[in-house]
Amino acid sequence: MIKFILRRIFLQTLPALFLTVTVAFFLIRLAPGGPFSSEKNVSPEVLKQLNSHYGLDKPLLIQYFDYLKNICRGDLGPSFKYPGRTVAELIAEGFPVSVELGTYALLFSLLTGILAGLLAASKPGSARDFVSMIISTSGICIPSFVLGPLLVLLFGLKLGLVNVSGWNSMSDRLLPSFTLGMVYVAYIARLTRAGLLETMVQDYIRTARAKGIPERVVMLRHALRGALLPVVSFMGPAAAGLITGSFVVETIFSIPGLGRFFITAAFNRDYTMIMGTVVFYAAVIIFFNTIVDITLAILDPRLRSRLNEKT
Amino acid sequence: MRKLMKFVLFASSLILFFLIFNCSQKLSPVESGIKTGTLHFGNQTEPQDLDPHITTGVPEFHILGSLFEGLVNLDPKDLSPLPGAAHSWEVSDDGLAYTFHLRNGARWSNGDPLKASDFVFSFQRILSPALGAEYAYMLYCIKNARDFNTSKISDFSLVGAKAPDDSTLVIELDKPTPYFLSLTAHHSFFPVNPSTILKHGKIDTRGTPWTRPGNLVGNGPFKLTSWEINKIVSVEKNPLYWDSSRVSLNTIHFYPIENNMTEERAFRTGQLHITANLPPQKISWYRQNRPEVLRIDPYLGTYYYLVNVNRKPLDNVNVRRALSLAIDRKAITENLLKGGQNPATCFTPPEAGGGYRCDSMVKFDTTEAKRLLAEAGYGPGNPLPLISLLYNTSETHHMTAQAIQQMWKKYLGIDVTLVNQEWKVYLSSTHGKNYDIARMGWVGDYDDPNSFLDMWITDGGNNRTGWSNAAYDSLIELASRTADKDSRFAIFREAEKILLSELPVIPLYFYTNVYLLHPSVKGWDPNLLNIHNLKFISLK
Repeated sequence: MIKFILRRIFLQTLPALFLTVTVAFFLIRLAPGGPFSSEKNVSPEVLKQLNSHYGLDKPLLIQYFDYLKNICRGDLGPSFKYPGRTVAELIAEGFPVSVELGTYALLFSLLTGILAGLLAASKPGSARDFVSMIISTSGICIPSFVLGPLLVLLFGLKLGLVNVSGWNSMSDRLLPSFTLGMVYVAYIARLTRAGLLETMVQDYIRTARAKGIPERVVMLRHALRGALLPVVSFMGPAAAGLITGSFVVETIFSIPGLGRFFITAAFNRDYTMIMGTVVFYAAVIIFFNTIVDITLAILDPRLRSRLNEKT
Repeated sequence: MRKLMKFVLFASSLILFFLIFNCSQKLSPVESGIKTGTLHFGNQTEPQDLDPHITTGVPEFHILGSLFEGLVNLDPKDLSPLPGAAHSWEVSDDGLAYTFHLRNGARWSNGDPLKASDFVFSFQRILSPALGAEYAYMLYCIKNARDFNTSKISDFSLVGAKAPDDSTLVIELDKPTPYFLSLTAHHSFFPVNPSTILKHGKIDTRGTPWTRPGNLVGNGPFKLTSWEINKIVSVEKNPLYWDSSRVSLNTIHFYPIENNMTEERAFRTGQLHITANLPPQKISWYRQNRPEVLRIDPYLGTYYYLVNVNRKPLDNVNVRRALSLAIDRKAITENLLKGGQNPATCFTPPEAGGGYRCDSMVKFDTTEAKRLLAEAGYGPGNPLPLISLLYNTSETHHMTAQAIQQMWKKYLGIDVTLVNQEWKVYLSSTHGKNYDIARMGWVGDYDDPNSFLDMWITDGGNNRTGWSNAAYDSLIELASRTADKDSRFAIFREAEKILLSELPVIPLYFYTNVYLLHPSVKGWDPNLLNIHNLKFISLK
């Protein structure tokens, strides 16, 4: 097992991160404009000083190797846009908020998705199945920049139940988590439904029914456990997606998360900030995928041996 | 299954009950703010920094204006200079030397006495080449300041800023600069506390943590209490400020709400007293339904199109004139933008510098436009080559460009392609003169026509049109050496006449500042620079 994990880290995780850093570093430099170009003219002298201060006057390859050296030491550099802050500091401030938002959204999508899946699978082909699937699928169809303002209009402006923006009280967490989580409800509902329908025709379910156990107990106690395996494996990418993909929701609700920095850094050509967030997000996504792979490998020895052969 | 459904229903009702109970009990932040003297301020974006020598944006200036004070303040109504850190000043007869007298007993927020040498230290800091201050050029009117900033000299004692004693500051200028007093209210002239700066780095070290809460020392009416990234910056009344008895507000919360729709909703639900702006599509609704909170103030800014005069057919002045004459500016401001903008009649906004008015030369005349185009050799038999119109990604720029594209097609039969570029790509295109016509906006840094006209001199840093006119250059130079206001304005009028007859720029409209203001906010006077000294603001 340890061998598998070590192989996973050294032969897949680290090369993937290295590749991400390299591609992102050179790609962002290809974009026209620089971090210090502005509408008002910046004098050549000032520009020279700024470039020299941040090492941008060195040849690109030297800058690249300097950057690699620095990130190996855990130094993501200073932000160009926010000169008094380091990239690591900005990530440390924004990431916990994004994680909190992502966690609530994930919990919401799991609860709602599994419930919708259960309802749908309890009577496949019925109106109940149809309605639960329509409602959950609407989460994918309605983009968050539409759903968010609609929820704000109803619960914030018309009913006055929650604040329309901000991240202070617990009630401020409700609408953003709902908006962000809705996208994943449909996936989880469909996975649960498919898993349940597959499990419900298994022999052990038939045995349980033969024993005279009520249908809902069969479903909740016997079938659901097995049916949720695809949902568990989906949780890795879903968690990473929720944590890293919250830019729109953070902007709509004015939430101080990392997503806003990720996007604005690209617009500002804040090279170190872009690199910092890309590397960090890449690490988060790779981490979640690795965790899922390890979990599955623990659960299924056949998979472990197959993965060992591949690597 | 039924049990599960019951549980879910119960949990949802519990959350709903909690919310209703929770929300019905409390006052909105705006209402409680009126009682506690707490202003909730929509401030658009996260401040880049709180270092007055590094920052360049308006949101930063709102906060800095509460934490620091320059030698003078600007009158909130007419922007005339009022005593600030200096209680009085004298100007030499030739207008080249300013002697400022600082207040006795004035103190920094940490209790240190505020000395004239602190200002000299601050000027040295912003002019230090290594600091890379983008606004260092604001001090270039000071003798030898440009040479020091561009490393031509390294001895700061040659720069015209001296402190003969703790309460006297003498500033020598290169040229008489009639708007110099107004300049000293700009954040680039704000003093910084030397011991605080040197505690966290050298005088010219960029990006030290001296601006963090607990570290920042200012001399303004408020002091920094908290700064949570992308969430809030809070300041509270500074009891050591010389005029603290006049400061009515106890606390100000600045919120970086970037999305203007979110900001408008926050205002509607009583979370903000002031917004930074208002989405254009909401203006009509507020006009009809809540005119008491809608503010449309004139703003010292012009929206215009840059013309690359090095490219054919735009090198022909008659083509440029025809294009300008075929734009119905009134239709754009009244039917499209609807934000109270005024159609441009010239390049410099009216009333700049306290009463400047140019001879209005920008008109809408399609017959004359057709005649000029024909005179340039273009018409149905010889159509104008295809020209492109560049703008950066924005709904307003896009709509305006589309309207003008249609006007040029309708009135002149000209085909124009629209080119939309992302902000930094667009900057790169305009800086590299890689465009035919490009949209641009200019907001004056200080209240004087010079802020709008000196940029068009030959090879001026912001003149990205390729246009050059020796007569224009000499008029701007002459104005910079003229102290008398009326004579200067007459020279500027002459210069502007040249600019508008040659048209390297096609002015479209003068900006307005459109935002929402709660009726409880008192002392918030409209002015051209959108400067609101928060020490004069109260809540009632």
